[in-house]
Amino acid sequence: MNRTLTCIACPLGCTLSVELEGKDIISVSGNTCPRGKEYAISECTHPVRTLTTTMRCENGELVSVKTSKPIPKERVFDALAVINKTVARLPIAVGDVLISDLFGSDVVATMEKRK
Amino acid sequence: MTDLVIIGGGPAGMSAAISAYENGIKDIVILERDDELGGILRQCIHNGFGLHKFKEELTGPEYAHRYAKKVRDLGINVKLNTMVLDITKDKRVIATNSQEGVFEIQARAIILAMGCRERAKGALNIAGSRPSGIYSAGTAQKLVNVKGYLPGKEIVILGSGDIGLIMARRMTLEGACVKAVCELMPYSSGLARNIEQCLNDFNIPLRLSHTVVELHGRERLEGVTIARVDENRRPIKESYEFIPCDTLLLSCGLIPENELTKGIGAELSSVTNGSVVDQNRETTVSGVFSCGNVLHVHDLVDYVSEEAEIAGKGASEYIKGINKKGASIGITVDGKIRYTVPQIITEKKDVTVYLRVNNVYKNVKINVYDKDRLVLSKKKLKVAPAEMEAVKLSASMLEGVESLKFVLEEEK
Repeated sequence: MNRTLTCIACPLGCTLSVELEGKDIISVSGNTCPRGKEYAISECTHPVRTLTTTMRCENGELVSVKTSKPIPKERVFDALAVINKTVARLPIAVGDVLISDLFGSDVVATMEKRK
Repeated sequence: MTDLVIIGGGPAGMSAAISAYENGIKDIVILERDDELGGILRQCIHNGFGLHKFKEELTGPEYAHRYAKKVRDLGINVKLNTMVLDITKDKRVIATNSQEGVFEIQARAIILAMGCRERAKGALNIAGSRPSGIYSAGTAQKLVNVKGYLPGKEIVILGSGDIGLIMARRMTLEGACVKAVCELMPYSSGLARNIEQCLNDFNIPLRLSHTVVELHGRERLEGVTIARVDENRRPIKESYEFIPCDTLLLSCGLIPENELTKGIGAELSSVTNGSVVDQNRETTVSGVFSCGNVLHVHDLVDYVSEEAEIAGKGASEYIKGINKKGASIGITVDGKIRYTVPQIITEKKDVTVYLRVNNVYKNVKINVYDKDRLVLSKKKLKVAPAEMEAVKLSASMLEGVESLKFVLEEEK
């Protein structure tokens, strides 16, 4: 079986062809760089996504956050539910861990928030 | 007298300031109308920024933070909450803020970095009533990501530019149902990867060659009629389809914000809606430079930063009186290439020319001619309007050249 994917690793958006035998990946072609091959393998075995969203701060404002690593794609909405229930304490610096170990990744702040 | 006044503290303004500083100009002021540096990046909380510049994937706020920190660390003067009202031909900048009232700065050089704004509903001519629930995609982005409000629950998006695609995902993640993204053209103007990760990931249909022909509802939007369009982009009556929704987001293109530029008298291009510039990003008014989305709308912020570095360096050379202008090589394009930046080359040095095409083409050559002589040929497997192309010209290629023509040729 062949699967065609659009690589999301960078703005180039290469069209990837993956040759599959059952669950085994025989070959990947169409990628410009090694990240494309990595993406194709991950996408055909266990798709992951980096989640970016916002979290409430104690003063009612929002702070933008991301998962420090991509998380399993099927867990994105579960992760959102946890993030939406959490209130971040101020002050916040870029890179501060606001939730640790959520589906194998930390949730970190991507902006500064003063008290 | 201030050496360099930069209008706008977004990615272009910040990068231009840092570049000018590093090229020896310390007397700089950045004028920014918002209450923080960063511009539109502050509301672009998604990732995908900085792969070229930093070799890693950053979110918008992170990308902005790196530049804002550098601006602060260098001690560059920044006036926030400051609105520029007018710029005169002799480079006096008239601005206002609540501390200083209306004030004037005489600049030796000016860099325009005001960015762009969204094309609004009024410019689109959609029939029907005028209920609430219609937003530009960027406004919705600010409401969701900065203010914390969800503008609606059942969404139709008109336009498949990157902001539209990003907002389709963002609204879905926040619990709204995005029913369709309609695109007038037969191709999306957004990046392929955004179609994949913002639409396909959530099974959001992309309706190519479709547009919104009517709005329904009195107080609040109750639905839209969409239609397929023919090859002349005219709606086909038989294809009319009603989609119930409470919100319509418009992602129909960006327009460089050049009101101030007009005041200075710089020549504008009718294609880019930005200034006509040379390789240093200097406009037709000597000492006035332009970079970022106010010059032409970019797809990647990395290219904005890069372009602003060129403008910052150019401005520093102008202030120091060391720019060696001599030549005047005009660049023209054929119909398939919409525009180039720069449009003029005034110095015979290595120059990278950026260009945008008018359609999706496969297996093409970008050929550069000096009259009938082929100066350079660059092969591309695929070019698309959403993706800016770069062509590097070396100083030696420009020897004896009077004008250049960029032509897109399809291989048979």
